[in-house]
Amino acid sequence: MPSLDSLKKTPLAEVHEEMGARMVEFSGWLMPVQYEGIIKEHHAVRQNAGLFDISHMGNFIVSGNQAAEFLDTMLTNHVGKLEINSGHYTLMLNERGGVIDDLLLYRISEATFYLVVNAAKKDEDLSWLKKHAKDFKVTLNDVSEETAGLALQGPRSEEIFRRLFPHKEMPFRNKIEFWKWSGSEMAVARTGYTGEDGFEFFMPGEKAATFWNLVLEKCQDLGCKPCGLGARDTLRLEACLPLNGSDLAPGISPIEAGLKMFVKLNKEQSFVGRAVLEEQLSQGPSRRLMAFAVKQTGAPPRSHYLVYAPKGKEPIGEVTSGGVSPMLEKGIGLALIYAQYAKVNTDIEIEIRGKRILAKLENKPLYKRS
Amino acid sequence: MSQIPENLKYTETHEWVKIENDIAIIGITDHAQEELSDVVYVELPEKGALTEEQSTAAVVESVKAASDIYAPLKGEIIEVNESLADDPSLVNSSPYENGWIFKIKIDDASAAKRLKSSQEYEEHLG
Repeated sequence: MPSLDSLKKTPLAEVHEEMGARMVEFSGWLMPVQYEGIIKEHHAVRQNAGLFDISHMGNFIVSGNQAAEFLDTMLTNHVGKLEINSGHYTLMLNERGGVIDDLLLYRISEATFYLVVNAAKKDEDLSWLKKHAKDFKVTLNDVSEETAGLALQGPRSEEIFRRLFPHKEMPFRNKIEFWKWSGSEMAVARTGYTGEDGFEFFMPGEKAATFWNLVLEKCQDLGCKPCGLGARDTLRLEACLPLNGSDLAPGISPIEAGLKMFVKLNKEQSFVGRAVLEEQLSQGPSRRLMAFAVKQTGAPPRSHYLVYAPKGKEPIGEVTSGGVSPMLEKGIGLALIYAQYAKVNTDIEIEIRGKRILAKLENKPLYKRS
Repeated sequence: MSQIPENLKYTETHEWVKIENDIAIIGITDHAQEELSDVVYVELPEKGALTEEQSTAAVVESVKAASDIYAPLKGEIIEVNESLADDPSLVNSSPYENGWIFKIKIDDASAAKRLKSSQEYEEHLG
């Protein structure tokens, strides 16, 4: 592991340290893994609200007369249909139909788009986009360095939003709004990565600490807590939102990952990887990313553990993400399973250090807010 | 600052060891439980199992990861903390008391001299 001193720091790193967060390495960044404890923070987000630093994520602006056309050749979802001030989840693929990255794309004007990508994939994303941009009149601008991101997530997010911005119109789900805050441009999107309602705020780095402290001050009496990446991971896993690098990878297609609804094969432009996806759809994928829950007490499932049919000798798949669900109080996860076994309500066995535990394939998401 | 009781011995891998004649009681240190955070499962060794110095004896699973717990001394497992099956979080709430993990009958009591003192462990943490 590289020394913590050599890591990139978000504009909030000092605030996290002052507040007693435990800092760890994540994708080359020094990030808080937890403040009070992952389980407490998890419950705060499910019951009330939680505030996350997402400044490590990459932020690009793609603009130009051909921006929509270009992005439609690079991304699986239908960029051309995206309305101004709306966003959607989409994927960028390699030639083999495998996932380079999953991201949120917002249209901020007819010819300007805002992309929020995974920290670990930022540089690869940018060079992949640049490599394919030559034939288009577009400008790619990496604004990650100067941009801070904060995510406010949980059922009380609306209430907190009203306290923060009593005179602003609240964006609807998947919408993005722009306004001035404290003299700087701020983007507010109604999106998140926890399975809860919430907002993501993007602003210049120098404003981040002031805004972070303001949000916490406004929401403390509502049971809102600062949260680390640990809770972000358990929350997204309960909601069955895939994590790139674990559930998504260059050898896994969005069809296999169960993300067909974000793939638009019928849009005008073809996109990188499309042919492979079309073939997978017509023949059926050989593997599927399935959610599972453990049926007995035991050690929690972890990524790379092998999956078997009950009493089966050969593995039928592999866990891609696993852990303990604080809400369900049992082991849960996602696993890539051969298609013939990949049916909901099927019993499976997961091998943990030579012993097998019983689990069942479940519908996604494993946890849904009521 | 994490607690490091003076009456215990320690290992580099963050186990604490309480020596009572030829019996060693083993758990993980306050520092280790803080680093692991919420413990959700403890895989206990079998009673009667033989241990070698530095052999894996138990596994502590936190929300984030699985960590091996090493036997600090050669001997035989004579007792395990069954209450951790119902409440693994005892490792967090009471690392040096109710959160103990297993007991070893030591083959050679003099081997315990090689373990770290509280002061040496504190220096090891830096």
